[in-house]
Amino acid sequence: MNIWEKLSKIDRRIIYLLLALVVIIPIVFKIPSTVAVSGPARMAFDAVDNLPPGTPIIFSTDFDPASMPELRPMMTAMLRHAFKKRLKVIMMGHWPTGIPLSTLILEEAAKEFEVEYGVDYVNIGYRPGAGAVMIQMGREIRNVFNVDIEGTPLDSLPMMKTIHNYSDIGLVACYEAGAMGDIWVQYAWGRFGVKIVMATTAVVTPECYPYLGAHQIEGLIGGMAGAAAYEKLVEHPDKAMIRMSSQAWAHILIIVFIIIGNIGYFMMRRMEKTKTKGA
Amino acid sequence: MKRQIPLLLTFLTGVAIIISFFIPHKPFNQVQDTLLDWFIIISGFALLLGIYSLLRKHIIHIQKKDAGWGYSLILNSFFVGVFIVGIISAVQFKGMSLTPGSSLYYVYDYMVIPLSATMFSLLAFFIASAAYRAFRARKLNATLLLIAAVVVMLGRVPIVDNAFFKFLGQFSDWFMLIPQMAAKRGILIGIALGSFAMSLRIILGIERTYLQ
Repeated sequence: MNIWEKLSKIDRRIIYLLLALVVIIPIVFKIPSTVAVSGPARMAFDAVDNLPPGTPIIFSTDFDPASMPELRPMMTAMLRHAFKKRLKVIMMGHWPTGIPLSTLILEEAAKEFEVEYGVDYVNIGYRPGAGAVMIQMGREIRNVFNVDIEGTPLDSLPMMKTIHNYSDIGLVACYEAGAMGDIWVQYAWGRFGVKIVMATTAVVTPECYPYLGAHQIEGLIGGMAGAAAYEKLVEHPDKAMIRMSSQAWAHILIIVFIIIGNIGYFMMRRMEKTKTKGA
Repeated sequence: MKRQIPLLLTFLTGVAIIISFFIPHKPFNQVQDTLLDWFIIISGFALLLGIYSLLRKHIIHIQKKDAGWGYSLILNSFFVGVFIVGIISAVQFKGMSLTPGSSLYYVYDYMVIPLSATMFSLLAFFIASAAYRAFRARKLNATLLLIAAVVVMLGRVPIVDNAFFKFLGQFSDWFMLIPQMAAKRGILIGIALGSFAMSLRIILGIERTYLQ
């Protein structure tokens, strides 16, 4: 096997090892990264920032622990933004395995800002039905969520007394690791015209651009880059900024491997052509 | 009769939902509300059906000692184990089984979260290896894909704050907002038209495979 063949057939274990190193080192040594704020992320920030204090905002947890590294920093950053702006937070979700996570994230942010449960924020949990739940919420939230996550009737929570349907909601922020975002747009925006911002894993992000282009959503926070951008916008650097460094070096490593693979491929092709001509 | 009644029910339900969408007033909106409530209840029961189907499949695997039956045994054992823990937690915490401090929350925190995160994290390694092997500039199409991928990947992660990376970032935004979105929009419109046609076929009783 000549050098070019070796370059085009690098053992996958070497790739895995180098990738593990470039991911681990920036996290362990907390190497910060340069963060560029994309237009869609700034739009999402502006959508939250333009809400007057006291406006209710729904956070929809449509992910599970698998997507936590990307979506948790986004949710934390936006919750900080919302509490800083004195918005009224309603936490809910369409993925049952995501609810304990969002509860944890919500309680952490609430503690940081010393906000009061039932007055500044509520957690209404999960109901099955997705699209059907969204439609019913457009008529009356109590049709589907008559109690909060701990079984307390919504009417007994001071904040919920004036909140009945989407016309009382300033914005829906949905955190997506699947196709639930499409359903939010189709039912909540399509039927009731509620404003939506989406925060999605990097894999899901490209699917959401048509909604952004058609102004069906107000902004889009995509992947770790979006999370880091939001942390930068709220001026509270946290996990995403550090993880972004890992992602940046991982991207560079993959690009280097792609270039090496192509060099090997082209040199081998050239050698084969020379051989054929010689014969 | 065995086929006609389900077909009639499907037709009436479909038509009722369409009418209530265009006329959201009494009595049509009430019909829709009722149907939506039914849908939510059925969604809950669908979960039970899913559990039954999954367990049954794996019990058969174990009984027949098919290849990999050990995995089926692990799955069923863990299902029973977590179910028991869930019931105990629900009793202890008055229905709120996933309250921090409960046994089920312990399972969630120390098993579900790390296992799910590990499974998803492995993707990074497979993607890196696959990108190295698959992204070869063999033809013009492949070269364009390769260039777009490299530029978007670099544009998303500015290593240094300089004019070059700023340009890449702007190009990456433009690429996602124009060419990428055009392709996605085409796919979405295709899916929507396909769903519309399929829905009509089901409502009108032309498509009957769901009855089998």
